[in-house]
Amino acid sequence: MITGFAALYIFMLAAFTGYEVIGRVPVILHTPLMSGSNFIHGIVLVGAMVALGYAQTDLERVIGFVGVLLGTINVVGGYVVTERMLGMFKKSKPGSGA
Amino acid sequence: MMAQAIQASYLLAAILFIFGLKRMSSPVTARGGITWAGAGMALGILSTFFWPGMHNYGLMVVAIALGAIPSWLSGERVAMTNMPQMVAIYNGMGGGAAAAIAAAELLHGPSADQVTIAVAGLGALIGAVSFSGSVIAFAKLQGLINRSVRFRGQQALNIFVLVAAVVAGAAALPFVKVSTGMVVLFFVLAIVYGVLMTVPIGGADMPVVISLFNAFTGLAVGLEGYVLNNAAMIIAGIVVGASGTLLTQLMAKAMNRSLANVLFSGFGVESGAVATGGVTGSLKPIDASDAAVMMAYASSVIIVPGYGMAVAQAQHKVWELAQALEKHGAHVAFAIHPVAGRMPGHMNVLLAEAGVPYDKIKDIEEINADFAHADVVLVIGANDVVNPIARIDPSSPIYGMPILNADQAKNVIVVKRGRGAGFSGIENMLFYADNTRMLYGDAQDAVSHLIQELKSL
Repeated sequence: MITGFAALYIFMLAAFTGYEVIGRVPVILHTPLMSGSNFIHGIVLVGAMVALGYAQTDLERVIGFVGVLLGTINVVGGYVVTERMLGMFKKSKPGSGA
Repeated sequence: MMAQAIQASYLLAAILFIFGLKRMSSPVTARGGITWAGAGMALGILSTFFWPGMHNYGLMVVAIALGAIPSWLSGERVAMTNMPQMVAIYNGMGGGAAAAIAAAELLHGPSADQVTIAVAGLGALIGAVSFSGSVIAFAKLQGLINRSVRFRGQQALNIFVLVAAVVAGAAALPFVKVSTGMVVLFFVLAIVYGVLMTVPIGGADMPVVISLFNAFTGLAVGLEGYVLNNAAMIIAGIVVGASGTLLTQLMAKAMNRSLANVLFSGFGVESGAVATGGVTGSLKPIDASDAAVMMAYASSVIIVPGYGMAVAQAQHKVWELAQALEKHGAHVAFAIHPVAGRMPGHMNVLLAEAGVPYDKIKDIEEINADFAHADVVLVIGANDVVNPIARIDPSSPIYGMPILNADQAKNVIVVKRGRGAGFSGIENMLFYADNTRMLYGDAQDAVSHLIQELKSL
């Protein structure tokens, strides 16, 4: 169980990590990176699955279903577009005169 | 035992996310980065199926299939120029999912301690605002909403709705009162606030807002992760919340605007008439054959592409031109302003799509000193980002914005559709400079002509 100060420590360390990891990213990667970080918060799908999995009333099932649906769009769409963008970055071929 | 194994897989997923983000910080390893993050996601999702005591597996699989198929197809098909709004819509869906988790928690009744429930409510507010705001951002960039809605008392109304949403949210917390009606009112107000907050913001500022909503969704996911006691959600959410906030600041700074300015005022609206003082000289046209000769004998050419180039779908032609110039012995580089395209890095993606290697693409810090040594600078579809007025005229709306020093080159050729000003409505001093020649025409046609002329030399 993550409670109280332990949770605050995790929040703080994760915030520093995010700040530091992004701080060194060149501008040319900002758009794919925004898309990539958008994909990563798609982990919300896991929470929505749990919400749906433990839903008991019909209303809870509807909410859980919507959550899983939206979370999946976040995950799948985020992955596909990030992968497409990053796949385009190529280095000059050696000897092309650059 | 199973719960321990699942927690361990979540931990591993969190590590893979951070490792993936780190790999994405260099063009060489970036593609591997998304693969690692994807592996972490797959691990987290698959292990979640094994939580003991869960039901509704049929619904779960149906919801995943219904979400996965259209988003996969749309993601594969979307044009690179439309990437910003796709990121917006996928991000909004994530915010909606976080809000849904919170809704389930609030409606469930007082099952957790008061702090946890309050955190769920806060995440719900942020997630719901991100959801509706992102949908509006998508609609604006997609051209479904063409105008920015502004009216008197707008800020007052927005603040009123936000306060009402917070009050309704507080009243809806289960330890205050278990009330489905109040929960519904809370979500409606939060969604309305997201819409109201986004409608007055113009299309040019939308990338900053999308980035902000990306950070919002991350934060909401992190908060709901706390509610669900899910370390992977906390870490991934907060990492994205923090990095998204930094990225938002970087974007706003590159556009010479504060975040508050983007969110609470329309660009150039308050200034009314735009001063054109300080612009002297005349526009001097050049034809394609003269421009081609000038470039053919240059030893160093810098190309400054702007969004106008992408709109004309001219990036493939521009790369062909660059290769033709290299055959003539010129050294060619592409100079990218942080706000070229629709968001930072967007122009890099568009050039990469056309096959331009990333080591030829330079950002403003890398290349600004080189302009003084360049024989020819070719400006295609860019305007405000090369306007020297940003350096000298404190009354200009773009004063202080970092610009590419194109004016310091020996010769400047500007490819431009017509004589109008940029999106900010500011006259561009560069276009009137003695060393500047204007090559009028559609970017695609003009560059094609240049290539033909170069080949016939």
